Amino acid sequence: MGLAVLLLFSLALTACERASTTQGEPSVRVGSKKFTESVILGEMVSQLARSTGASVRHRRELGGTAVLWEALRRGELDVYPEYTGTLRQELLSGRKLPDDAALRVALAEEGLRMSAPLGFNNTYALGMKEAEAERLGIRSISDLREHPELRFGFSNEFMERGDGWPALRDSYRLPQRDVRGLDHDLAYRGMEAGSVQVTDLYSTDAEIAAYGLRVLVDDLHHFPAYDAVLLYRADLEARAPEALAAILRLSGTLSEEKMVKLNARARLERVPEAQVASDFLAQALGVSTVVHGDSLVSRVWLRTREHLFLVGVSLLGALALAVPLGVLASRSPRLGQGVLGLAGVIQTIPSLALLVMMIPLLGIGFRPAIAALFLYSLLPIVRNTASGLTGIPLEVRESADALGLPPRARLWRIDLPMASPSILAGIQTAAVINVGTATLGALVGAGGYGQPILTGIRLDDTRLILEGAVPAAVLALLVSGAFEALGRVLVPKGLRLRAESESR
Amino acid sequence: MYALQDVSKRFGTTQALHALNLTLPTGRTTVLLGPSGCGKSTLVRLLNGLLHPDTGQVLYGGKPLPTDAKALLSLRHRVGYALQGGGLFPHLTGEENVTLMAQHLRWSPAKTRERRDVLVELTRFPAEALARYPAQLSGGQRQRVALMRALMLDPEVLLLDEPLGALDPLVRHELQADLRAIFARLRKTVVLVTHDLAEAGFLGDDIVLMREGRVVQQGSLVDLETRPADPFVTRFIQAQRLAPGNGASA
Repeated sequence: MGLAVLLLFSLALTACERASTTQGEPSVRVGSKKFTESVILGEMVSQLARSTGASVRHRRELGGTAVLWEALRRGELDVYPEYTGTLRQELLSGRKLPDDAALRVALAEEGLRMSAPLGFNNTYALGMKEAEAERLGIRSISDLREHPELRFGFSNEFMERGDGWPALRDSYRLPQRDVRGLDHDLAYRGMEAGSVQVTDLYSTDAEIAAYGLRVLVDDLHHFPAYDAVLLYRADLEARAPEALAAILRLSGTLSEEKMVKLNARARLERVPEAQVASDFLAQALGVSTVVHGDSLVSRVWLRTREHLFLVGVSLLGALALAVPLGVLASRSPRLGQGVLGLAGVIQTIPSLALLVMMIPLLGIGFRPAIAALFLYSLLPIVRNTASGLTGIPLEVRESADALGLPPRARLWRIDLPMASPSILAGIQTAAVINVGTATLGALVGAGGYGQPILTGIRLDDTRLILEGAVPAAVLALLVSGAFEALGRVLVPKGLRLRAESESR
Repeated sequence: MYALQDVSKRFGTTQALHALNLTLPTGRTTVLLGPSGCGKSTLVRLLNGLLHPDTGQVLYGGKPLPTDAKALLSLRHRVGYALQGGGLFPHLTGEENVTLMAQHLRWSPAKTRERRDVLVELTRFPAEALARYPAQLSGGQRQRVALMRALMLDPEVLLLDEPLGALDPLVRHELQADLRAIFARLRKTVVLVTHDLAEAGFLGDDIVLMREGRVVQQGSLVDLETRPADPFVTRFIQAQRLAPGNGASA
């Protein structure tokens, strides 16, 4: 039954979404991953498409490669920046694709296309301080063989990866003994302090510019190529040919050096990605685009609406299912245990996992977020409804029976009003939890207060984090307060009197 | 009104009622009397179908009690019931408790009001207290509301399970007098459960003395005193006569 409700629910949501996107001009839906480089590329794509008159929606900072890949395949995104290495090693790793030509064939089978490389290769690399490298005459990884005394500090991930340190050491026959695994940020600080001389990095990291690092040439081609490309749906060619042509002009325009600078501008100088992208497009392609930032108030207002939408719809849906389930659970203890057990199991699924599990069913955007929040809301409401009903004193239940009140009338006139304080408390709990959990919705493109939090974490920008976290906390308090007030209206006066006289 | 034939009831390992036969006359007040755990409350719940007998059958007006849900509901409209403490719905005012069934059955407001006024007068309930919630009423007032609620649909039978059990002695005494007057005025078939001999003698036309799930003797108080069917009858009467003030304390 739950599944049926969920299905109806998502159908209804799909219907509203369809209705809101029927417009004349071609529409292009752009996605980006939740790291700065991807967001900048996503902005470039969006602005180029918009410059041709297309209506563009950029879903920024989606939570992970799998989310974007699924959304593109399902036709909920038209284009997003990807890396050939990720495609070959991760998304299509089962196919053992030897080269980019084979990759194009495999993508075509999915109805997808890949642009020519944008120009930079964002792969694993080794880096050291420019001055020190110059002094020791080190340009490539092979040069490291001559300097066995160098101190290496690698991220823990790199120490363990199949193509990480052990494989690198073997293929280059590196002699260094002083090799430590440590956190990536600590490695950079260690380089500043001189305790680490060589570390692993991504070849377009903003820190390369910030710390003045030299990226050592991978002369034996040990690391797989992670050439940046744009991945798009084949049907985009027919739907928005002009926009696509504009987008594809990005091919070959971005060297590693340029990308490092763009990343540094966004990450270290805190220039908004849209501005970074716009400046680049003007300078490299002669395309002038307008970037208009929203004021703080209008940003918070927009996110408040998105957040309230997520919480409100999911809570209403949960209410419609959970209260009847709670009534059923109170009538049959065995069924009750089953229902509560199932709701409990749902509750233990980590939120992110639940969100991602919803994507194949419901795609990206607000639908998977609402479905996940809906499922999380069930347990507190079902449990409180059932316990409120089973907690009705025996003599009251017997009186209701003895009066000859039919079951339905009894439910509405006696049982539900008497259980209302407990039911309301359950809804309140679910609502407050929902306000908090809904911040994760940003990971699947649902917007809400999670969006600035996500951006703030990515850019290490406390102000942005607070821009999402403070309204979320305030909203949680308001929602909680609203339910207290609602309790004063909805809970029958006689029950409140009793509670008062009992607490006296 | 009622005839019980070979009726027995068991809860788990406890035999609450052994197979018994009993007739409860129409238009009279029968008191089910006995120590706690004797089965008198179980017996009264068999009369309105709150419980179903394991064996035998309960005849009401010569016909077995219905088993299907709908017929049982309409039976309960004809059998008023009030239990110890009143069992009032705490979320409804006194008036709403009393008129709940009338509302449900869509009586006209005028008819409902008229019936309510009759009952307020009958039970000598202070009319201004009707708007109060059970939590704001005294124990005696709650019992009167419960009585009005049981009588609202003008039932043929009134079942009262320890209606005065939770009251302090003065209130109890006052209500006993009122109850007797009410029974005398209504001339309904009343079945009242108590463990108090004096109350049974004061209110009952007929007493059914019970012990451990069996009927020991049925008759008037005088019958029980002068022609005890069993040494237990005498012991029970003496125990209650000897302990002063027992009527209210148990």
